[in-house]
Amino acid sequence: MKIDISKGILAHNDALAEENRLLFKQYGVFVVDLMASPGAGKTSTILATIAALRDRYRIAVIEGDIASRVDAERISAHGIPAVQINTGGACHLESAMIRRAVEALDLDEVDLLIIENVGNLVCPTDFDLGEHAKVMILSVPEGDDKPLKYPGIFAISEAVILNKCDTMSVFDFDRDAFDAVVKGLNPAAPIFPISATKGEGIDAWTEWLTARIEAMRSAG
Amino acid sequence: MHEMGICDGILKSATEAAEAEGASCINRIEVTFGELTQIVEDALQFAFEVLRQDTIAADATLGITILEARSRCMDCSAEFRHDRYEVKCPKCGSYLCSLLQGRELRIESIDVD
Repeated sequence: MKIDISKGILAHNDALAEENRLLFKQYGVFVVDLMASPGAGKTSTILATIAALRDRYRIAVIEGDIASRVDAERISAHGIPAVQINTGGACHLESAMIRRAVEALDLDEVDLLIIENVGNLVCPTDFDLGEHAKVMILSVPEGDDKPLKYPGIFAISEAVILNKCDTMSVFDFDRDAFDAVVKGLNPAAPIFPISATKGEGIDAWTEWLTARIEAMRSAG
Repeated sequence: MHEMGICDGILKSATEAAEAEGASCINRIEVTFGELTQIVEDALQFAFEVLRQDTIAADATLGITILEARSRCMDCSAEFRHDRYEVKCPKCGSYLCSLLQGRELRIESIDVD
């Protein structure tokens, strides 16, 4: 006997993501999901973002890693609430993990929630967490050919941060070639060249983020 | 290997639907993927062979249909097929395009006894 199902395979994840979205809306929290390879500078970019925006917004961070509390401790050291998720081997975060992590936060005291996804350029792409924006970071040492090799993540990101720009000449990174491929994959996404640890380029990125947060707030 | 997570979702939906109909075993599961998803067909079949064990789908086969990526140009309304690397209207050259299909991750049907 044939039974028609016709439903999304990730329906369970998507339904929980929708619940997360409603919860964030209820508390007026803007949520950004940062995705990148291991070592691209996700945590450093978050720290630079915190430094730029902490006077304007109350910020909290969810850290996704396969193991360890290293990242959450780095964030907490700056007086920012941080929850660590250890996926225990899973290569991406799912909406149920975010739901559990959020329970450890006082959302009444949060305006901006930054989620640091597990370091991976493939798997986080297909999973809705209930965030307002997915943003990816590529670092210069990874090479200008990465959008050719990992197109999916570039295509679904609302903005692309290019980190470690102070090393561009050392790694012969071809910025024009990189920009051309990203434009083909995702013409609407702005590219923000930064050096997170030196604080360069952070203004343009945080202005974009602020505009998104304010747009959400004025939309109610 | 996020195919394990995907496959877990397939088996959950299939098992729920089969049990709701009072079926005792699942013979076949049909799924559809858009070619812009991050699914590797071989990895999914491998995950399926592992995860179906000890379920009512233990002897089931997995049928996979892949949908090509198609978009519509917002400037000239042309509809066209494209790869995952560049979404550009072949008629007028615009990059302003809206995706029609290619990101599906859907379980279509199951065959049960």
